[in-house]
Order: sequence, then structure tokens, then C-alpha cells
Amino acid sequence: MTRTGGNAPPVRGSAGGSRMSSNRPIRLFRNLNAKISAIPMIATALVVFVGGTVWTIIYSFTNSKLLPRAKFVGLDQYERLWNSNKWLISIENLFIFGICSLIFSFIIGFVLAALLDQKIRFEDTFRSIFLFPFALSFIVTGLVWQWLLNPDFGIQSVVRSLGWESFDFDPLYNANIVIYGILIAALWQGTGLVMCLMLAGLRGIDEDIWKAARVDGIPMWKTYLFIVIPMMRPVFITAVVIIASGIVRVYDLVVAQTSGGPGIASEVPAKYVYDAMFLSQNLGQGFAASTMMLLSVAIVVIPWAYLEFGGRKSHG
Amino acid sequence: MRFHTRLLALAATVAMPFGAAQATDLEVTHWWTSGGEAAAVAEFAKAFDATGNKWVDGAIAGGGGTARPVMISRITGGDPMGATQFNHGRQAEELIEAGLFVDLTELAEKENWKDVVNPPSLLDSCTLDGRIYCVPVNIHSPQWLWLSHKAFEDAGVPVPTNWDEYVAAVPALVEAGKVPLALGNQPWQSNLLFGAVQIAIGGIDLWKQVNLGKDAEAARSPEMAKVFQAMANAREMAKESNVQDWNQATNMVITGEAGGQIMGDWAQGEFQVANQVAGQDYSCLPGLGVHEYISTGGDAFYFPKLDDPEQTKAQLELASLMVSKPVQVAFNLKKGSLPIRGDVDLEAANDCMKKGLEILAAGRMLPSGDQVFSADTQTQFNDLMVEFMKDPSISAEDAQKRYADIVENAD
Repeated sequence: MTRTGGNAPPVRGSAGGSRMSSNRPIRLFRNLNAKISAIPMIATALVVFVGGTVWTIIYSFTNSKLLPRAKFVGLDQYERLWNSNKWLISIENLFIFGICSLIFSFIIGFVLAALLDQKIRFEDTFRSIFLFPFALSFIVTGLVWQWLLNPDFGIQSVVRSLGWESFDFDPLYNANIVIYGILIAALWQGTGLVMCLMLAGLRGIDEDIWKAARVDGIPMWKTYLFIVIPMMRPVFITAVVIIASGIVRVYDLVVAQTSGGPGIASEVPAKYVYDAMFLSQNLGQGFAASTMMLLSVAIVVIPWAYLEFGGRKSHG
Repeated sequence: MRFHTRLLALAATVAMPFGAAQATDLEVTHWWTSGGEAAAVAEFAKAFDATGNKWVDGAIAGGGGTARPVMISRITGGDPMGATQFNHGRQAEELIEAGLFVDLTELAEKENWKDVVNPPSLLDSCTLDGRIYCVPVNIHSPQWLWLSHKAFEDAGVPVPTNWDEYVAAVPALVEAGKVPLALGNQPWQSNLLFGAVQIAIGGIDLWKQVNLGKDAEAARSPEMAKVFQAMANAREMAKESNVQDWNQATNMVITGEAGGQIMGDWAQGEFQVANQVAGQDYSCLPGLGVHEYISTGGDAFYFPKLDDPEQTKAQLELASLMVSKPVQVAFNLKKGSLPIRGDVDLEAANDCMKKGLEILAAGRMLPSGDQVFSADTQTQFNDLMVEFMKDPSISAEDAQKRYADIVENAD
């Protein structure tokens, strides 16, 4: 009852325009009910997200230790951050991990989806198998792969016991390639979801397009590459957002698999922030690092979001 | 007869509330989860339950590095536990300053802790502005070398009696397919190794200049270069060691898979759980057998302020219990650590603990890293040492330079 009653005035106003001014109603008051009911959420977003972010940035200029203290020290925390080997390694790792994870989960996810899309038998079973790792937490995934990649009783020892004595596969204990060991676990867990998103996208492609392509004699791989993929753009964007957010906050996987080791070779920014805030009891340093994380995400996301969503506003 | 039972029952129900008021649940968080540690903490729980209160065990696995953040965020986040372990020293300094812990000064004066706690430095690190905020429960020293007799027998060399002999025995150990030195991957273990090597190779004076005087010049000196050279040696010895936790590394020594491990005296508890006998199955060399000094760090319990006066009472009871003689003996025998009071009788102590007690009695003590450096600086050392120990491409000179830089900016 209240809903219809509340909705009525603006509709009447815009339709008739008789009693109020004849102009269109002010945009702010359009759909007033929805806006009022969104106020709690808006307030939460402003206070918790924006407020928290601003607070963090401000306190990153202080020398807060275990507890926040408003004693400002300028850019000291940032200077220390960028002089820290651990931070530089973290950034490098995130870069490698991010790019590889993005490329491989896309390729593997899409190929799996395309294969599943061939109207094969037991599609449901395969889909469940591929998606299943996603149901596990990062900690479980990390521990499983820690064991699998352990040279003393994992893949390496199995292959060696089969007779290939010189087989070497111990990514988690080799500082140069440890990040790829983590990547393997991340891909194992994440590609199932990407596959499902892609599969949904593929199913959304009209049958007629396939028929038309076949009539024109276009080979299947070309149809995928030049017709289907461009049509799946919205799905790709969704997938990018989901994967990218996972990349930036990768933390638990590293903790479970290597806890940053060997040495500090598999540190990531999120772990740096956590360590600085709670292990070193140096909040200022942790805030500075998280501000840098925010900044780097903003540099990538804002121009992209502007290009992607900014243009659509005009006709939306 | 029936009337009497009823009366008794009535009396019981009336009396119960008073009894129940005493039985207060107290959640105690700690990071003692390995076999020997769990056995030791059970002694506390047993003694506390015997007073009519209830010990609710809040063990957090993963070592201090994992557990401390959880504890701190619970205390600062307004969900305090009844009591919590920290290493005494500066880890909880700011929490005390913020007034989050119960002041134990009255209890301490009543029970005369000042006179019974030995060495006095233990109580000093619990003290801020003349008030006492924590209960030291044991003394742990990290400067111990643990050697597996089995590994050396297999290699056909006598069990070393100091660091140099140990290094000399490395080729024989490698020949016999042993890992010369067991070392876990956690950062603090590498730093512990450095601390021990620093005292053994560098000597006490250098240690004092760097750690107490925070003298960066001493940290750059050629004497310190020798320490880093020894670290590079140790890195070579430990390169085949693929374990994470310290007790996994200790297990390599117990099984004879590794020649030795540099670890604190808490490793003792593991040998005990495995039914090994000191001097027969394994040897221990305090100060790596070179300079027999031990640093007197250890564990202490802090009591966050709670609203319920009953719980506060139970907290004080627990605090008093932890320093009492019988509990000190029972706990420390299981834990393999040294008691905080000089007036208890440790008849049952084994060879290694006796060595420790002798050193303590002789006063060859140093403050621990947790007592002289802030958590921030300690973490920087941890990071540097673990990076150095796991990455052979870093030269000893580079590591020394970076070490000196941290010392220079230490707080």
C-alpha cells in the first residue's frame, strides 16, 4: 500500500504537470522512495569505506606504532616503504602473479568452456569437477598445494619413485620460481569460476550466429576468435573484475603455502600490510603500504572504468 | 532421614551460589601447541582448575608471529580474554601505556615478587613507571645448539663439543646423507640463529655494543664480518632443510636425519616427548659451546582489564598461582625452561636444564632481543636474516651493511 502511495506523486506530477510547476521534477527527487531506502547503505559506504580510507591515508603520515597516534612525520613512512626490499619484492611478485594469473585463467577458462560447449556427454559432471576447487577456501587450497609441491613427499618424490631420479620440481623451495608455485595453486582454484562465467557467455550467443557462420564456411576457431569473443565482451569484463580483485588481495594463499618464504621471496603487498600492522606493531608503515595499494589500484581502475562505463551514461 | 536429605539438598542449593561465584571461567590465550608445550600448559590448567576456577584453553597455532596479532586485535578490539601470553619485553608496551592491562603491583608486593624472582630483569620488563603488569613464568634462552648423537654416529665422527668442531664435521655428515643443520623457514628462526652465532663468534662485548649500545659502527666492524661469514657457512649447511616449523626441524634432529639445530631451550620439551635422554641420545651446547652465555627472555602472562569483578579476582588468583613454587616446578620441567625463582628445587632436571641453571647461577646472563628492541626493529631483523639464509645470492658483506643500517635506525 505505502509503496503505491509513495510512488504516486512524482508520476502524477510528471504526467500532468498541472499543479506544480510545469517543468520536469528535480532529478534529485525522482524516485524518492528508493533513494530514502538507500540512505543507510549510502551512509555505511561513506562512513566505513570512504571514511575509513581517508582516515587510513591521514594516519599513514604519522608515526603510529601499535595504536594510532596523531603525530605527523611527513613522508617518512613512504620513504621507508620504498627503501624496503621486502616491499619491492612484494610489488614485483604481485606484478608477475597478476599478469600470469589474468592471462592463464582467461585462456584456460575459455578453452575449458569452449570444450564443454561442444554438447559433450556428462557436461554437468565435468562442470562440477572444474568448479569444485572454487568451493575450497584459499587456506585449504594452499595447504594441499604445499604438500603436493613439497619435494620430500609431493609430486617430485612420486616422479622420482617412478624411476626418473633426476626429476626436480620444488617451486616452493626455490626463491626464483616460488611465485609460480603459488600461481599454480591460484589457477587450480580460480579457473573453474572463470570457465563457468565464460560458459554462461557462450550459451548466451544466439544459435543463428553459429548457423550463419557455418553457412558462410568460416572455420570454427575463426568463429570463436572473431565473432564469439567480441560478442562476449560483458562477460569478459565481469571476469576481469572478479580475477583482478582476487589478485590484489592475494594473501591467505601465500600464508598457507609459504608464509612468504623461502626468505622473503614470495611476499605480497597484502601480507606486507598485515605484517607491518600486527607483527611489527607499526601501524603507520602498514597504512602507508595500504595507501600505495589503493593508489596503484586507482591508477589502473579509474581510467579503465571511465572508458568502460563513462560513455554509457549518455544513453542510460 | 528423608527430612535430613531434604535439608541437605536445601543447604546445598543455598551454598551453591557462593561456590559457583568462585568458579569463574577464564579464557587464556597462548601459542604453546607443540607436544612438549601442550604438556606444560596443561600443568597450569590443572593447578588453576584445582582452585575451583575453570581454565578455558585458547591455544593459537602457528607460533608467536601468528598468535600475537590475534591477541592484540582482540584486546584493542574490545573482546579481551582472561589472560594472555606474550614474551616479556616490549611487545605489549603500548597496550600497557593505553591502560588495557590489570595492575598487579599490590599482589606482587603482597607476595614479595621482587625478592623471589630471579634474575630481577624479568620483573623489570613487566614494570612500567613502577607498576607491575605481567607475570613472568619461565626463562627461555635461544642460544642452544642441539646435536643428534645418531647422526654423528652414522657419519662416523665424534659428537662435537663446540661450533668449530661442528663445522669441521659437516663434510662427514654430508657424506652420510645427513642435513648438517636443520632450520625451519619461519623468519624468527633465522634471526634466532643469528643471535646465537653472534654471541658465539662475535663475543659478549660486541654483542653488548650492538644490542645494548645500538652502535652501528660496531655492527660494521670486521669482528661482525666474521659473524656474517659464519652465517654464510650456516646457510650452506642448512640449504637442504625443507621444513616450516621449528618442531619439525627439531624432529629432524631427533630422528637423526639432521646433525643439529640451533634452537632455544624449548626444543628440550620435544626431546622429552620423544623419550630421548640428554647426553645419551642428544647433546646440548649453550652458547654453541663457545661463550656460555644465555639471554633471559621468556614468556609472561598479561591480564587484560575485564568488567566483571569476579573475573578480576580469578585473574589475580591465576597470577599468584603462576609464580607459586609447585606450579613453577611442574610447569618448567615439562616445558624444558628454567624457573623464574631461584629458591625452587629442580631435582628432576636433566643435564641440559642443569647446564642452564648453572649458567644462571653464575650470572652469565644477557637481556633478550625482545627486551632490547621494539617489535618493529625485531621484525626488520627477522626479514633480513630469513632473506639472507634462504637466498644464496646475497653476500655476507651486503647483509652486514643492511644489518648495520637497521641497528642505526633501531628503536
